[in-house]
Amino acid sequence: MTKKLVAGACAILLGGGILWAADHNDAPAVKGTSEDITDLYAFQGSNSANLVFVANTQGLLSPTASATAAFDPNTLIQINIDNNGDNVEDLVIQAIYDGTNMKFYGPVQPSMTGLKSKLEGPVTATVAVTPYGAASPKTAMGTNGIQVFAGPRDDPFFFDLDQFHKILAGTATGFNNPGMDSFAGTNVMSVVVEVPKSLLNAPASGAISSWVMTKKKI
Amino acid sequence: MKKTIIKLSLFAAVILVTASSCSKNDNPAPAPTVYYQGGDQMARPAINTVFVTTPDKDNFNATIPSVMGAAFQSKFKTQLLALNSAYTTNALTLTADQFTTLLATDVLNVSTTKKTTFFDGTNVLTGRALDDDVIDVELLLIFGGPDGTANPGLTSDHVNANDKTFLTSFPYLASPW
Repeated sequence: MTKKLVAGACAILLGGGILWAADHNDAPAVKGTSEDITDLYAFQGSNSANLVFVANTQGLLSPTASATAAFDPNTLIQINIDNNGDNVEDLVIQAIYDGTNMKFYGPVQPSMTGLKSKLEGPVTATVAVTPYGAASPKTAMGTNGIQVFAGPRDDPFFFDLDQFHKILAGTATGFNNPGMDSFAGTNVMSVVVEVPKSLLNAPASGAISSWVMTKKKI
Repeated sequence: MKKTIIKLSLFAAVILVTASSCSKNDNPAPAPTVYYQGGDQMARPAINTVFVTTPDKDNFNATIPSVMGAAFQSKFKTQLLALNSAYTTNALTLTADQFTTLLATDVLNVSTTKKTTFFDGTNVLTGRALDDDVIDVELLLIFGGPDGTANPGLTSDHVNANDKTFLTSFPYLASPW
């Protein structure tokens, strides 16, 4: 009982907002919803002519929860790419679930930028969402050389969040060595897109930037 | 609001009926455009969770990157100094103003020509690979001081790798637990 009370008090203190993850449960409006983004990754593919974008959502899924976790047909997952340094998206890659498949649009110059979007057709790739427990991931190639995946994966993020909470709460002065990965054993709902670099209109410097936004159907 | 919606739907229905009865061909009227409105947003790891205070968290997600810097740099600086009141510069030689200016525009820089990494000792912010220890990088830059040796208990969480091995080919992420 005492333990529960203490835990509750800590939760309230930390509920003040310093819950440091990558972007898991970052803000009240999206916490625990299909819109909650956990992480964005961008790296060169095994084929060095390609870049890979990973957008993860719905974090901290236990194996049990992962078995029933699903993408939301009303939530658009949009990767934004700026290739001229003004922090406005010049290209978007959009992923929307139709109840069976994940459909992808782009990379394409969007007809509108900012918080509001529409699907920027045509569909460039379609892949069946890989079911939890599948022996191997279902992947598909798009019409423009992109490769796509959607489904549950291990959360690639690692951090001793619990010890960090203790540091912030004043009950520890530093990290342990070794630390404990608070994200061990948990899954995310993941969207992976591998894109030929030639589709990204990068400047000669190669410097582009990206961010991911989830958007709710209105 | 409800009334407006009903009116609009009636209006839409009338248009649809009119359009279909006037139409000389069998093409259906185009479906109305569906719009989507921003909910969550992220680029660099842990930015909203660390540098944005509670009242601003939803607001940060609804602020487009091109105006983030103006809206959030000074708030980020306050938060940085709250985390580390002794902050002077960091291992990237960034002052508190420079560091928070960089962070407040939350985009993930990516290079199409260099090795893609959050930070590998040589390349800085040229992407984010799955195995990058981004938390240690951020802890070092926040707490480590000019040469990375300050606050040694706070500059690494000593979790240095993921709990599953990544794949070497698409889709790269490990299978779920």
